[in-house]
Order: sequence, then C-alpha cells, then structure tokens
Amino acid sequence: MDVVGSPILASTLSGAEIVVQALKDQGVQHIFGYPGGAVLPIYDALFAEPAIQHVLVRHEQGAGHMAEGYARATGKVGVALVTSGPGATNIVTPLVDALMDSVPIVVISGQVPTHLIGSDAFQEADTVGITRSATKHNWLVKNVEDLARVIHEAFYVARSGRPGPVLVDIPKDVQFAKAAYVGPKGLRPKTYHPAGSPDPAKIAEAATLMARAQRPVFYTGGGVVNAGPEACQTLRALVRETGFPITSTLMGLGAFPASDPQWLGMLGMHGSWEANHAMHDCDVMICVGARFDDRVTGRLDGFSPGSKKIHIDVDPSSLNKNVLVDVGVVADAGLALEALLNAWRARKPKPALKPWWDQIDAWRAKRSFAYRPSDTVIKPQYAVERLFALTKDKDPYITTEVGQHQMWAAQFFGFDKPNRWMTSGGLGTMGYGLPAAVGVQAAFPDALVIDIAGEASIQMMMQEISTAVQYRLPVKVFILNNEWMGMVRQWQQLLHGERYSHSYSEALPDFVKLAEAYGAVGLRADKPADLDDAIKEMIAVDRPVIFDCRVAKTENCFPMIPSGKAHNEMILGDEETRGAIDEEGKMLV
Amino acid sequence: MPQRTHDPVETRTLAVLVNNEPGVLARVVGLFSARGYNIESLTVAETDKAVGASRITIVTTGQPVILDQIKAQLDRIVSVRRVIDVTLDPAGVQRELALIKVRSTGQDRIEALRVSEIFRAKVIDTTLQSFIFELTGASEKIDAFCELMRPLGLVEVSRTGVLSIHRGPESS
Ligand SMILES: Cc1ncc(C[n+]2csc(CCOP(=O)(O)OP(=O)(O)O)c2C)c(N)n1
Ligand SMILES: [Mg+2]
Repeated sequence: MDVVGSPILASTLSGAEIVVQALKDQGVQHIFGYPGGAVLPIYDALFAEPAIQHVLVRHEQGAGHMAEGYARATGKVGVALVTSGPGATNIVTPLVDALMDSVPIVVISGQVPTHLIGSDAFQEADTVGITRSATKHNWLVKNVEDLARVIHEAFYVARSGRPGPVLVDIPKDVQFAKAAYVGPKGLRPKTYHPAGSPDPAKIAEAATLMARAQRPVFYTGGGVVNAGPEACQTLRALVRETGFPITSTLMGLGAFPASDPQWLGMLGMHGSWEANHAMHDCDVMICVGARFDDRVTGRLDGFSPGSKKIHIDVDPSSLNKNVLVDVGVVADAGLALEALLNAWRARKPKPALKPWWDQIDAWRAKRSFAYRPSDTVIKPQYAVERLFALTKDKDPYITTEVGQHQMWAAQFFGFDKPNRWMTSGGLGTMGYGLPAAVGVQAAFPDALVIDIAGEASIQMMMQEISTAVQYRLPVKVFILNNEWMGMVRQWQQLLHGERYSHSYSEALPDFVKLAEAYGAVGLRADKPADLDDAIKEMIAVDRPVIFDCRVAKTENCFPMIPSGKAHNEMILGDEETRGAIDEEGKMLV
Repeated sequence: MPQRTHDPVETRTLAVLVNNEPGVLARVVGLFSARGYNIESLTVAETDKAVGASRITIVTTGQPVILDQIKAQLDRIVSVRRVIDVTLDPAGVQRELALIKVRSTGQDRIEALRVSEIFRAKVIDTTLQSFIFELTGASEKIDAFCELMRPLGLVEVSRTGVLSIHRGPESS
C-alpha cells in the first residue's frame, strides 16, 4: 500500500505537538516563555526541539515585552508562552502595550482542563475575558480539532492589517488530546478583511492637494514602520521628490532618516519647535500611519487650524477619530505611498516652497533642544548625545523605558533606519525597555542593543538582566540616573506648586553591585570628562552591562507643549513655565 | 473627540452580523462600554445555524462623527462579518415586540381593552382583573401604548428591543 502525503499530515498529533508544529510552520524561531502546570504538555513538546529557541524569562511581563521588542526589530510576529492564572494575568500589560502601539505578538496561554473551567480551579483565570479588550482578538480552544487552524489564524490576524496582539488560550486536556494537523496554507478568518490598496480617486484628490500646497508637511507614524522597509523607502522617495518637510511621531522615528535636511525632528509634547510650528501653520498635512494622538495634537481646537488634512491609515476607525480630515485613505501605507508617488510623478508639479523653508529655518534657529552644558555634572541630554556619537557607526538598536530619559533619547538619538527604535509610546509602560532589548538581542545576537533607561523604570523589570546573562545576550542598560522619577517631578514642579509628593527614590540599589550580583558587568560615570571612556568600555564589553550614568538631578525636559495648549503655545525652558498650564490643562494627563 | 461638537445627536439602528462564537456578544457590548458609546436597545439571536451566524441589533445615539466611529470600530472586530446601518437604509424595516401587563377593573379595564384594539395589540392572557397584551411595531408605537396604559393600571413591560431587516427579495 502506498502512503501519500507528508508524514505529518498523515499522523495525528497531540495538541501540544500541534502547537509546536504550527509555530514551526509559521517560521517561529524564538519564543519567550515561562512554564507552569497548565502548559507543561507544550513545554514537553518543546523539550529538545531544535527548530525553536525558547528564552526563559523571569517574569511573564518580560516575555511579553521581549516578544514586542523582537517583533518591532524584525518585522516578524513575536511569540510568548505562559501558564494559566497568574502567568496569563502577568502578561496583560504587554498585551495592552502591543495593542496601543500596533505590535504583532501571539501569546499562547495554558488553561485549566475544559471540565474544570468555571469551577474556580487552581490557577484558573478567565483569560479570554480578561484579555478581550487587551487584544486584537483572542481564542479559547476547547476542541483539539480547531487548534492548528486557530493558531494559524492567530498569526494572520496579528500581522495583517493594523498589526496587534492576539492570545490563544489552550486548556490542558486539549494539549493532550489528539487530532490531525493542518498546515497554514490558505487559512484565514472568514470575517476578517484588512485593507489593502488605496482608492485611486482618493489618491488623486490627495495628490491634487499636495501639488497646490504652499506650506505642506508630512506627519508620519509607526504605521509606516509597520508597513515594512519598502514602505519606508517609498516614503523617502516621495519626501525627496516633493521637497516637503517631514516630521514624525515617537513611534515613527527611523522611517525617514534623521540626518536628512528635510527632517524636522519629532513632533508632539516634547517635539521640536520647528516640527510643531510647521504642523500648526501648514496648509496641507499628509498624515501617514499615525493616529492624531493627544500627545501629538495638543489642544484639539487649536490643532493646525488652517490646513487641509490627508490621512492614510490601514485602520478605518482611525480616520476622523480625534481630528476630522479632508481626504481619508484606507490602505496599507506602503501601497498608498506608492500610489501617491506615481500620482505625483504623473503631475510633475513644481511647488514654490522657498518661503516655507525660510520660515522653517527661522523656527530651527530657535534650537529648541538646546540645553545649558556643564563641566561638573553630566547633563542627561549630553549623555544621550555622547552615546549617539559613540555608537552611531555601529547601527545600534535602541529601546527605552518611560520618562524624561525616553524623551531625551527621542530628541538626541538620530535614527536613519526603521526598526532600530523600540519604545512604549501609547501605553507608556515603565519596565518595557530592558525586556524589549533582550527580545531584540535574541533576534540579532551580534548587534549593539542599548536600553536607555531611568533608575525608577529599570527596577520594574530589572530581573530580566538575569535572562540576558543566562542566554549571553549582551544588552547594554544605560541608566540616566537622576534619582527622581524625573517626568513626575517635572509635572509636580509645573502643575503642583513644587510639592514633590513621592517622586524621589530615597533608597536606590547600587546598580554596579547589582549588575555584578546578576553576573553582568557594572559601570558608572558621574563626571562629564569620564563619560566617553566609560561608554566605550560599555560597547567593548561582550556581556550584558548595567551602566549607572549619574546625571543632573533636576533637569527638565524641553521644549514642551503644556497640557491643554496648542502647538504654537509651546514653551522652551524653565523661565516660561510659571502659569503655563491652566486649571483645565491640569485635568489632562 | 472630533471638533464638530455642535452637530445634533441622532439615533441609529445598527444590524451587526457576527460569527456565533463564544464571547462575541461580550466583544460587541464591551466595545460600547469601553469607548463610552450608548446602547438604547440590544437584541441578539442566532439567525443561521448552518453557517453559524448571529444577528445583533443595536439602537444607539450619538453625533454623526461618533456614529461613524461606532460603525468603524464594530467593523474592526474580527468576529464581525458586516455592519448595516438600518436607519440609513431607505428599505430598512424596524420592529419591536412588547408584552404589557395591565391590572384594572371596571371602567379602566374596558378602556384598556378599547385602546388595545386601536393599537391592534393581542390579548394573550387574562384574569378578571388583568390583561397581558402583545404588541408589535415601531418602538415609538410601543412607547405610546405604554404611556396610555400607565393611568389604566400598567404593571410591567417586557420588550425585545428593535429587530430589523431589509425590504424586498434581496438580503440586506
Ligand atoms: C508602569 C508605570 N507606572 C507609572 C508610570 C508613570 N510614570 C511616567 S514617567 C515616571 C517616572 C519615571 O522615572 P525614571 O524611570 O527614573 O525616568 P526619568 O523620568 O527620571 O528619566 C512615572 C512614574 C508609568 N509610565 N508606567
Ligand atoms: Mg529618574
């Protein structure tokens, strides 16, 4: 008798084996996870599995952020594996983080056996209930026959359209039960149809507006990075051929090179003077893959009052959500940019942009990121500047925690390539940076990966340095240690009458000793004169490093659009802060 | 929220065709609570067992920009097949069914029965001192009926919420 077809298709597998086979068929090479009772069968199937490297984390939140960092750096789907109950609840924060920042991750969670669901069994949590609003979609697989299909669908949903996190919850009995395996080919959820090509009429409208513009600006976001390197290339071509200035959100950094003369710097609350003023005064705004977030727009009724707005987004619900636009294009950013580029080339307009660029140069002359240098203390901005200068030839990957250091990193580190910048934008999750860096380093073991951190944030996921040590992932944690929750202190100074309520860390670990205790390398610098050598040493060490960079303690992050103000009401420094935020602004976050 | 805050608030009936799978109602309803949208009425039932489809009919209110947001947000849910704005469909039909209990004797009882005839309500249960009426129609008609019954001994109302379908031989 002839046996036809692949041996895998012919045989039945256990649910746990189906999970592993499906991951392999999805091209997964790394998963970040933590075992427990409800996922033991899957761990058993992973035992001595050569195709998949499992990275054992120290906390499931770490696994989620590692999967995020991995996804953002590689453009692939990140995968995390956790047990039921506390394992699943510990990964809720990364799920929401990935949802806000459109990061494709697949989380597989174990669940108590189906006959115990609903009985408050040991380590039972209503995981699909808890994560319903934390995911793009989630599944509880009660029948092993559905398992392979659901996992393939999960990958498809995570990476397509507007990418995002998904979760597949698998009861333990389903992991033991047997079924025939089905491969990923042609498996798509019937009811899910992400947008693809743009409507040509909308593109024509957009191109016409652009051709007539006198004061245009591109405002791009993480959606361009998500659309892939090719989309970023198309963006570059379009920006250069139009001669328009370009700014981007925090999430979009690197899609367009920061070293290019048409680059205005990041926009938004701590964005550059020229970027925010260009947004305010422009006559045509071309928003690509960004979502008019409140950190970007400032006060809505003062947001770019005189402009025609073009908005390209793969998610129809992003259009007209916060800001009404004139031309809405629902499409993949890469395809829409390509169509726009072709439309532009066909029209061959010669816009007279000289007066606009003169105005922009006048704004640039404000040098809004300037700070008062010091020979005695390390200014945090100086530290990032030096870090950039000493690493830029090494094509570094930068992650951050959340706070002032994050904003200084965005302001002073120039990104010329996409997928080099991993930060928690929408959710603003302290603790994101170290695990994200570990995830990036797992994907690119030879790359220089640096987490620009704050001393408060780093302690939220500190334990993941142990993961880095275990897998010899030489991440560098560069702590701008100001002893304060600096961003909180800044707001208390500006908004709460300098009453610094619980924002000072009176007890901090000795980060050098801590590094050594974990088996990493600890370095410290507290004088500007020593900084360069210490940074060079950090780069030279082929092991995980925690760098305790002692910086000025009460430096504020400027420029700043105070809460409740418009782009053209931004302030440049401490002198202007008194009374800058009114009672209504105080209510905002 | 978008700037056009002076736009008037409108009422819309949305038919949301979904996969009949566990949690789908929670996804739809959760969207409304999470984003602060209103639900005036909600009905849900499986409508096609063979293809596993359910139909959720939601009456909601909001300014036109918000209503567009609601539709776009619903459409984004992976289990949602289609969202139909029944209010904007000139051939859209909307009906609601209500069961109304009225307790009265004497002149009020006679009057209640007389009003029910005008409204073409059906008596589906009676005792010597009460009726249960069954009434089908537009929600406003049911509202009006209940208002008239209030002084005549209205005890309890149970309503299905709005159902909708597209007139003519085609599906919606
Ligand atoms: C999980 C979490 N909790 C609280 C906050 C609020 N928060 C934002 S910035 C910040 C302080 C961060 O301090 P640090 O890490 O030292 O950074 P710095 O601002 O000093 O650079 C806090 C508490 C947050 N973003 N995330
Ligand atoms: Mg700090």
